[in-house]
Amino acid sequence: MKTLNNFTKGIIKENPVLVLVLGTCPTLATSTSVINALGMGAAATIVLFFSNILISALRKVIPDKVRIPCYIVLIAGLVTAVQMLVKAYAPALDESLGIYLPLIVVNCIILGRAEMFASKNKIFDSAVDALGMGLGFTLALFLMATIREVFGNGTFCGLEIPVLSDNKISIMTMAPGGFLVFGLLIAAVNKFGKHKPKKSEFGCAGCPQAEICSKAGCADVKEAAEND
Amino acid sequence: MSKLVSSVSPHFFTKRTTRTIMLDVIIALLPAAVASVIVFGWRSLLVIGVCVVSCIVCEYLFEKLCKRENTAGDLSAVVTGMLLAFNLPVSIPLWQAVFGSVVAIIVVKQLFGGIGQNFANPAITARIVLMTAFSGTMTHWTAPVIAPDTVSSATPLAAASKGLSEAMPSYLDLFLGNHAGCLGETCALALLLGGIYLMIRRVISWHTPVVYIATVALMSFICGKDALYQVLSGGLILGAVFMATDYATTPHTKWGKVIFGAGCGLITVLIRFWGNLPEGVSFSILLMNILTPYISRLTRQKPLTGGAKA
Repeated sequence: MKTLNNFTKGIIKENPVLVLVLGTCPTLATSTSVINALGMGAAATIVLFFSNILISALRKVIPDKVRIPCYIVLIAGLVTAVQMLVKAYAPALDESLGIYLPLIVVNCIILGRAEMFASKNKIFDSAVDALGMGLGFTLALFLMATIREVFGNGTFCGLEIPVLSDNKISIMTMAPGGFLVFGLLIAAVNKFGKHKPKKSEFGCAGCPQAEICSKAGCADVKEAAEND
Repeated sequence: MSKLVSSVSPHFFTKRTTRTIMLDVIIALLPAAVASVIVFGWRSLLVIGVCVVSCIVCEYLFEKLCKRENTAGDLSAVVTGMLLAFNLPVSIPLWQAVFGSVVAIIVVKQLFGGIGQNFANPAITARIVLMTAFSGTMTHWTAPVIAPDTVSSATPLAAASKGLSEAMPSYLDLFLGNHAGCLGETCALALLLGGIYLMIRRVISWHTPVVYIATVALMSFICGKDALYQVLSGGLILGAVFMATDYATTPHTKWGKVIFGAGCGLITVLIRFWGNLPEGVSFSILLMNILTPYISRLTRQKPLTGGAKA
């Protein structure tokens, strides 16, 4: 049950993009077309999967004070490997993702999961968490990219859609359209998702990360959540 | 009034409400609307109608959906719709005009809290969104129907920036609106009539429009351009009179208005002479809208008695 929860929480309840609002930069930049979004999602998921496993396995070895540099070194090594693989087997994807592929190193989702989850949990749980978060990231990207590509370019995965391809709303594939779709999706998730931020809760209690955060103030919230 | 309402003094009240102010603005916009029909034909009336109706519908539906106090009857949506239509070319596909209305009312106005809460002018922002989204249809200029020998033509500013002197209309044509451009911006005479009406009715003060237009004229003169031509062409008068004087998005103080107008003028000239686009009025007003809170803070008036230190 807990394993299942670890997996599904990344999809809606703690969706890295739409609820935790992490990894905004690659989300906005690579959601211009569905193919790019899926490629980006897959690459980030692979890196996240292996980085969570490695960091979880090494969590007792890595000294607390230098943990962030250690995580970065591990993640950077994995990103380099993924980038080489993409360059070798999918050069077109490498071309269209450009700088955003190596920038997975500094993707907040990956570092965030290392810090919030993998450094405190067992290897299997961390792997499941990575898959869930990766799927959540990919789904959010896919959703955004679908909206932006269909309306902005009149195509889906490169296939032309009859009426829409004659009436392109080109702002959707540009940066302003990205922010617009992003905002609307977050609003929709807040409205229809199970986690509804209450208007008065601006402190730790209203934060979607309260349960996993290690800040002193959040401990009470965590306990309260566990007692529920 | 069925219920007696008692409140603390002052007990003054005026009959002026949002509705009467908006009605005044609509009256002031009417000459330009008539001019647009004369210059561009009946389709301009259709575009204005579509924009107005879709703005009211958006306002009504959104407020209904959010269970807010319904302001669809206060005529502010009508003003937004008319101003938006005035910023569109006559040949625009109607669904794009509706898209603009949705952006203006829902995205720019209602999402920020409705009337009085929006930080940017809805009509201007919607025009910029449409310009970015549909750059083809938004820059497809039709020549006036009263000069039937041409089908499409350059706007006066485009002609001037490309140095096409034979395509540049005369001052009289510019003043009367006999040239290509957006629906409501061509006829300077009608816009000035509306502006004077608003100033007489004290709906707007003279500061912003006069300083704005004067800045553009002065800067054009300094840069060695034809100042009168620059003032009469493009959306300058429309923007200066009707959009740079919006209550919610411009400063309230006298000096704030002067700074706002001068800033708009400066940015307009910079875009016209050195920018990529032939016209910069809409961008200048949007950029100054963003600075409005700071201008208001800088020019805050001291209380009459000196007051406590702010």
